[in-house]
Amino acid sequence: MNQTTNQRAWLFVIPVVVLVAFNAVIPLMTVVNYSVQETFGDNTFFWSGVLWFEQMMNSDRFHAALGRQFFFTGMVLLIEIPLGVAIALSMPRKGIWVPVCLVLMALPLLIPWNVVGAMWNIFALPDIGLMGRGLNAMGFDYNYTRQPGDAWFTLIIMDVWHWTSLVVLLTYAGLVAIPDAYYQAAKIDGASPWAIFRYIQLPKLKRVLTIAFLLRFMDSFMIYTEAVVLTGGGPGNTTTLLSIDLVKIALGQFDLGPAAAMSLIYFLIVLLVSWLFYTVMTKDEA
Amino acid sequence: MHMRWLVPTLYILFLMLPIYWLVNMSFKSTNEILGSFTLFPQDFTLDNYRVIFTDPTWYMGYVNSLTYVSINTVLSVAVALPAAYAFSRYRFLGDKHLFFWLLTNRMAPPAVFALPFFQLYSAVGLFDTHIAVALAHTLFNIPLAVWILEGFMRGVPKELDETAYVDGHSFWSFFIRIFIPTIAAGIGVACFFCFMFSWVELLLAKTLTSVDAKPIAAVMTRTASTSGYELGLLAAAGTLTIIPGAIVIYFVRNYIAKGFALGRV
Repeated sequence: MNQTTNQRAWLFVIPVVVLVAFNAVIPLMTVVNYSVQETFGDNTFFWSGVLWFEQMMNSDRFHAALGRQFFFTGMVLLIEIPLGVAIALSMPRKGIWVPVCLVLMALPLLIPWNVVGAMWNIFALPDIGLMGRGLNAMGFDYNYTRQPGDAWFTLIIMDVWHWTSLVVLLTYAGLVAIPDAYYQAAKIDGASPWAIFRYIQLPKLKRVLTIAFLLRFMDSFMIYTEAVVLTGGGPGNTTTLLSIDLVKIALGQFDLGPAAAMSLIYFLIVLLVSWLFYTVMTKDEA
Repeated sequence: MHMRWLVPTLYILFLMLPIYWLVNMSFKSTNEILGSFTLFPQDFTLDNYRVIFTDPTWYMGYVNSLTYVSINTVLSVAVALPAAYAFSRYRFLGDKHLFFWLLTNRMAPPAVFALPFFQLYSAVGLFDTHIAVALAHTLFNIPLAVWILEGFMRGVPKELDETAYVDGHSFWSFFIRIFIPTIAAGIGVACFFCFMFSWVELLLAKTLTSVDAKPIAAVMTRTASTSGYELGLLAAAGTLTIIPGAIVIYFVRNYIAKGFALGRV
């Protein structure tokens, strides 16, 4: 669209800027403030420079949590994106089943996150949960509160249950937007289903898949409530992801300096990865 | 390819199983849940729901949640509308940077902001009010609403604006009487996503409230820790939290998918 230059457009943007600045800039400056100061708990602060950042960058605990976080996010993306695309491809395009599918699939997205955690917590219990009991009846020795492997399995399957629908909805929207003429041309050329997917659907889906990937990356990297309610970071520390560790340090131990330094590093990682991915995906459009 | 319906069917089945288990438990007594493993409630009871609808600490949780979610949705969409219009129609100093800065707030982990938010809202005297939670949630909902609405507005040709001015409409008369009805679907989608992300968020909502504005999700966590595990009651409360979402999805079912697909990246 041809846009006209008009500096008065700023007037329209001011309410948004004021609200978001109040919510983002002030708290962010508080965090920056804590990250460079030392306190002994009596509300007196001393300048400590980059001490907390150095400490955090060299902390094994932080490295371990970061590693677990990348593992979790990687697994979630590897499963949810292909699965979501596959489901969207096999969904009906018209008829009464379309709204039924969409409504049922969107349901997990609208359940409060602690309810999602609590629901899976009980669903996976080996004595009273359907999944836990079922797996044990099938001969698996499954107990997610004791075995780290089982805890990871439960955590990932919960996230797949919770968020794959978002990928499905986005991909489906992208698929419906492809004009029929493309498919007719492919039919005349005698293209195989794989060729249709590879050369017609996938390129057209690039934009929605970029959005899906970004949203899933950001949200899985920030996961807190569901994981805390499901495993509480346990057994031991085996499923303690970044947010869980951060809240433990900030609100549990009240170590404000290290927590603030960790917050900033955390935020920068999310920003950096999102920016890198976005730049790579859109470089041939600009 | 005749078996194509099998994939969505299996997927929906997988989605429904944990929900079924929750609903199933909500009709059982806690003793039955702990004492025996049954696929259907043997001793069907509505007691859990009765407790929730008669005890103010429970049902006020729903009222509180719905209150701040509604304030947040209205506020986010109301301020996002003019901003999205400006981004879609005009170029102005720093517009690209501003748009990106807005989106970065969607990337801020709530865990990072929990403590500073607590201090900020205590300092301005809004702690434990619905307004505090509604304002805090605008942090991620305003960027999202601006992004979705901007996508929809881009799809409206600029000739619509120009014709209206020729017809003698003032800007606001055009914006309210012509433009807003034109992008009604977009507003519906933006409301849906604002409602969704505000309804499901707990970390900030819990940090910013103690008694008067406590969300239902926080009421549930407290009950779990103090009075042992009232599983039947928790299941009923959980089941009830699904209902508002289900109603909202039903209304926007034809537009959900479109919302994000039209947003620009």
